[in-house]
Amino acid sequence: MIMNAIKVENLTKKFNGFTAVDSISFAVESGELFGLLGPNGAGKTTTINMLSTLLKTTSGYAEVAGVDVSKSTNDVRKSIGIVFQEPALDNKLTGRENLEFHGMMYGMAAGERRKRIDEVLALVELTDKEGMLVEKYSGGMKRRLEIARGLIHRPKVLFLDEPTLGLDAQTRRHIWEYIKKLNKEAGVTIILTTHYMEEADYLCERIAIIDHGKIVALDTPKKLKDVLGGDVVCLDVEGDAAKYMQYVKSLKWIKNAKIHDGELCLTMDQGEKRIPELVCKAPKMGVNIRSVSLRKPSLEDVFLHFTGKTIREQEAGQNGFGREMMRIRAGRGHGM
Amino acid sequence: MINANAIYVLWLREMKRFIRAKSRIIGMLAMPLLFLAFMGMGFSGVSIPGAGGGVNYITFLIPGIIGMGMLFTSMFAGISVLWDREFGFLKEIMIAPVNRVSIVLGRIAGGATTALIQGILILLIAMVIGFRIPGLMEFAMAVVFMLLIATTFIGLGLVFASKMRDMQGFNLIMNFVIFPLFFLSGALFPLDNLPFFIKAISYIDPLTYGIDGMRASLIGFSTFNVIVDFMVLLGMSAIMVFLGAYFFEKSESV
Repeated sequence: MIMNAIKVENLTKKFNGFTAVDSISFAVESGELFGLLGPNGAGKTTTINMLSTLLKTTSGYAEVAGVDVSKSTNDVRKSIGIVFQEPALDNKLTGRENLEFHGMMYGMAAGERRKRIDEVLALVELTDKEGMLVEKYSGGMKRRLEIARGLIHRPKVLFLDEPTLGLDAQTRRHIWEYIKKLNKEAGVTIILTTHYMEEADYLCERIAIIDHGKIVALDTPKKLKDVLGGDVVCLDVEGDAAKYMQYVKSLKWIKNAKIHDGELCLTMDQGEKRIPELVCKAPKMGVNIRSVSLRKPSLEDVFLHFTGKTIREQEAGQNGFGREMMRIRAGRGHGM
Repeated sequence: MINANAIYVLWLREMKRFIRAKSRIIGMLAMPLLFLAFMGMGFSGVSIPGAGGGVNYITFLIPGIIGMGMLFTSMFAGISVLWDREFGFLKEIMIAPVNRVSIVLGRIAGGATTALIQGILILLIAMVIGFRIPGLMEFAMAVVFMLLIATTFIGLGLVFASKMRDMQGFNLIMNFVIFPLFFLSGALFPLDNLPFFIKAISYIDPLTYGIDGMRASLIGFSTFNVIVDFMVLLGMSAIMVFLGAYFFEKSESV
């Protein structure tokens, strides 16, 4: 019985001198629902592409379902299913035909194939649409069909690259439920990549936070948030901010105080109970509090804590960097 | 290991897509037939020089038109890998536990069937409007040459597709590869009158031998001996298929 569904050691990928994945290491247990969380361009898709044998590694070691990805690629492929970031369906074939194609390419016998296709179609509730050409499917339906397809050959590991990207909120919820159901009922190890924090928080048992090709943190969502030490109360302050800061730092229930984006952000437990005291004391310190916000710890804050930027800021600041990376990628191969 | 199952399903996919694309079927018949009609009418009454005064132009032209149609269809079939890359389906193909050689053979099987259907249909239509062929044996010989033309140019298409990133360069290929291959193949006129240096290019054009072979089979008039045509085309076909498979194997799926 393989304990680790995936084992990665110092995995690296370079494109024309640009390091997309920088010596990352992690392991995923059998049956785990594991997440790679990070902004666009962090190296998530590249990592998935290496683990699924679509890209050759530059250096390092990776093992999927007990098989070295650089040695027996076909053995790895038999054990994995993957749903890519962009749709990889044949629009001119029907839903069922796409699944038949997959089943045959994976060497399934006709009878078993037919039965299995019926099963997966029922799982994603597309049975009544199986005879429709995929070009007529909505975005959500295509994604569900691809999830169904990834499961036909009963993979040990399923890779989901940004599974709900571009979908509306309701479809997203449905897909989250499928993913959870899959993991619980079928016991499939699932690796998902995402830049949506609430998705990683809701679905994943453990999350690796990845930024600029490196893993900056790896733990359960709860433990990651515990690192922050508690709730974050942000105050928009005008007046003698330095004096107020001094006062705040003297309070023993304040765990952390820093300035971010022109606001004073304080970490504490049960922020909702402490706000009245902070606000009432302010005039005595010579400051006027213009606004208060309370945030329960989220992965956004965790990301901020570990990288100094929020995921949104990371992506926004990428205008020069991100485009450079895209250009290098375009010269190397087709997109992500 | 060659995976027969995979070759079959890749072939099946091409066939389904082919049957469903009505406009493509019409296009692949319409262009050659329009060419035939207008060139034939324009040159009606013209006899082919160097033919011993026996072959009229339309008769001479028909194998050339078949070759032309198949050249375009086959090149496109090979290059269609780029469509799959563009629309993402190539990843699904490449992620399967199937070796690259089988994938190439599957694409060749699909493309060759498509081109062969086109070639035979054009020939049948020509026969309906009066083109006479010597017999079934000769028909079969012509089909063999059609098959070799198809596999050769699908291979060439694959070479290009493996080196290109997307369909942007297709225009260049049309103008600087496909059209020269067509015009210098003897499809429209005999090669005898061409200056030496141009003729040299024709001699390395696989289509020259394919069309000449069809002419030898169907109308008994050709520049080379039919055995020569067959051997040369067979060799070129093998080389092209090998190169196509080689470069495809080397290319990245993402």
